[in-house]
Amino acid sequence: MGDGIYWPTFFFLLFSALACGFALAVVFSRNVVRMAFYLVMSLASTAGLFFLAGEDFVGAMQLMIYVGGTLVLLIFGVMLTSQKQFVEMKTPAGQWIVGLVTGCALVALLWMAAFETPQWQPISRAEAEAVAVQPTATPIGVALTNGRVDQLDQPDETLRGGMSSYLLPFEIVSVHLLVVLIGAAYLARAKRRSPSAAAPG
Amino acid sequence: MAEFLANYLPAWLAYMVAGAIHVGLIINLVAVGALVFIWLERKISGRIQDRLGPTRVGGKFGWLQTLADGLKLLTKEDLVPGGADKMLFRIAPYVSFCASIAAFLAIPFAGGDYPFIVQHVNTGVFFVLAVLGLEVFGVILAGYASASKWSLFGAMREAAQVVSYEVPLGLCAVVPVMLAGSLDLVVIGDVQQGWFTNWLIFHDPATFLIFWVYFTCATASVNRAPFDLAEAESELVAGFHTEYSGLRWSFFFMAEYGSMFSVSLLASILFLGGWNGPLPITEWLGLTAANGDIAWYIGQVLGVINVIGKAVAGVCVMMWIRWTLPRLRIDQVMATCLKYCTPLAAAFFLGAVAWQWSLPGRTFFGLLESPAELQSVSEGWSDATAAATDEDEPEASEDQTVSSEPSRKVAAAKLTGAAALQIASTNLQGGK
Amino acid sequence: MHHFMLANLLTEPVGVAHYMAVGAVLFVCGVLCMALKRNALGVLMGIELVLNGANLNFIAFGSRFLRGEGQGLGLDGPLMALFVIVLAAAEAAVALAIVLNFYNNYDSVDIDRADQLQG
Repeated sequence: MGDGIYWPTFFFLLFSALACGFALAVVFSRNVVRMAFYLVMSLASTAGLFFLAGEDFVGAMQLMIYVGGTLVLLIFGVMLTSQKQFVEMKTPAGQWIVGLVTGCALVALLWMAAFETPQWQPISRAEAEAVAVQPTATPIGVALTNGRVDQLDQPDETLRGGMSSYLLPFEIVSVHLLVVLIGAAYLARAKRRSPSAAAPG
Repeated sequence: MAEFLANYLPAWLAYMVAGAIHVGLIINLVAVGALVFIWLERKISGRIQDRLGPTRVGGKFGWLQTLADGLKLLTKEDLVPGGADKMLFRIAPYVSFCASIAAFLAIPFAGGDYPFIVQHVNTGVFFVLAVLGLEVFGVILAGYASASKWSLFGAMREAAQVVSYEVPLGLCAVVPVMLAGSLDLVVIGDVQQGWFTNWLIFHDPATFLIFWVYFTCATASVNRAPFDLAEAESELVAGFHTEYSGLRWSFFFMAEYGSMFSVSLLASILFLGGWNGPLPITEWLGLTAANGDIAWYIGQVLGVINVIGKAVAGVCVMMWIRWTLPRLRIDQVMATCLKYCTPLAAAFFLGAVAWQWSLPGRTFFGLLESPAELQSVSEGWSDATAAATDEDEPEASEDQTVSSEPSRKVAAAKLTGAAALQIASTNLQGGK
Repeated sequence: MHHFMLANLLTEPVGVAHYMAVGAVLFVCGVLCMALKRNALGVLMGIELVLNGANLNFIAFGSRFLRGEGQGLGLDGPLMALFVIVLAAAEAAVALAIVLNFYNNYDSVDIDRADQLQG
């Protein structure tokens, strides 16, 4: 099976084409609900890329939180705020031209940076096939609570003892989520509309 | 399978053929399953309402009624409403159907060293729940694109309901994960080997109760009555699929029956022993890998029959509920989720943790010694108890269970597991 | 320098650079979305795309399959990606609440109408 098709590359090309194509569709679509649909497809393809990079847990997380949670929320927002049947808002052509020129320049710059850096180039096929499949949830769980499985040969005694774990950021994010939960509920709570908003317009 | 085929075919063709066979099997399972379930639903509803149900088409029990219906749907005109967003309207049923099928990718039908599963994902539970949550997209898109008030209302209800019910559903699914020490569905099924006393539903009172919470939430998250607000006939005509006709409409139905089947499969693997029967019959008959390939294969097929039988029983219970209970109002649905299911799931989760912590190594409500597979997880718990407790111990032993699979690179996985344990123990001692 | 981009495309593994290229496209699409859309929800979708482009880079840096065994960032990559996902969910919730409030006050989600603070 030495030089047949290397399937991960094939699927990388497939998923990356889907992700980029749908991302472009998000930019060029004028209908908000279609944008949301393209965004869903783009993010789901990105989850495919995560699976391909061996990060099953993050991929599933992306599907569950991003695609299943955040985007449902977004579409919900679209439905709550749409007045006409299918919301469309136009952007002037001048802005499009400036935006596209800047965007293409930025992509070219980032691509050059990516492909000119020797450390980021592909490894050989033999090396890639030698990489062992490992469970992904356990190391992440352990790293979030008290230690890093991948830092066992860390020379610094203090760092090895668990300081390099992500316990503190994890706690901060948890508290942050709680604050956001309360804040969002407070912001979006039902209240009477102000009389000025009721004016025709 | 691809490796086996590669002996006869060029490598690239072998992979494609293997993939095609897997996908074909799953699509058949969902499609044929839907045919059977629709027939079953008609029969069950008939019996519950003191009728006979279909009796004419295809022999005595009306076996072919669904097939006849399918042919009828095929011949119907594929209507698109004038004001609809045509592209999204056409694509929405396929989105639902794809999400429903994709969940089967990570569901094993028999365990052991070579499980019957399309893709062995080591975060299986999580993956299945995540993909099941995607089905709501098809419904929302359908509701929005139909340009009909009924559809839009149905879709809004569905969005609110499914997103809310994912929370208690996830909390319930975490309990078997904690007890088995792994997110891998194959491992979770395999630790319940032996007598029915090892099934996780009978592990302790909390898991027994949380199973019913899981079942309620699962019923709600696949939009079955009494939670089928998205298609409430009495208020919304037919909800999100009001404007659909013919084959596209039937795709929504196949998706619904497919996800009913997959949440029931998940319930049977997480709580009801999966492919392990109530009695260890395969062991008595010697149908294990030790007695050669054919015996092993027969044992596996028995396992498949077991797990599918349990799942079908779950689906039948859902139908029974549908034709027995009246539909809730939308505020009652949300209250059931947020006021009852979520706190109950959280409380039972804590109860299961407390039980496992105080009685490690016991099963069947603490009456029996747990089997060897669960002992390794329990060891982590007793270590944790000794060293003033830490949550990640059961996770740490996950790798050791996983590393017994031959298909994985054993050495590397063991290294990770050992390292995790080492870190955990040094930190615990340091922490004291 | 660019020989590997097209040669042996199907028989050789991809590297971090390829993931970064995809990430760059997502990022730029997101930035364009944020700059060009007048609908507040479109801007939000742009933010999600930008965050995903960044996430793809984190995953690529951390992946052993792209950098080889023992190379790369290790667990920092997926952990950062997880935090980004969680924070993005939080950000979306708050942003949506703000958009709904804005809609309540202006009857529109056109961000060009949010010019009350302009002097």
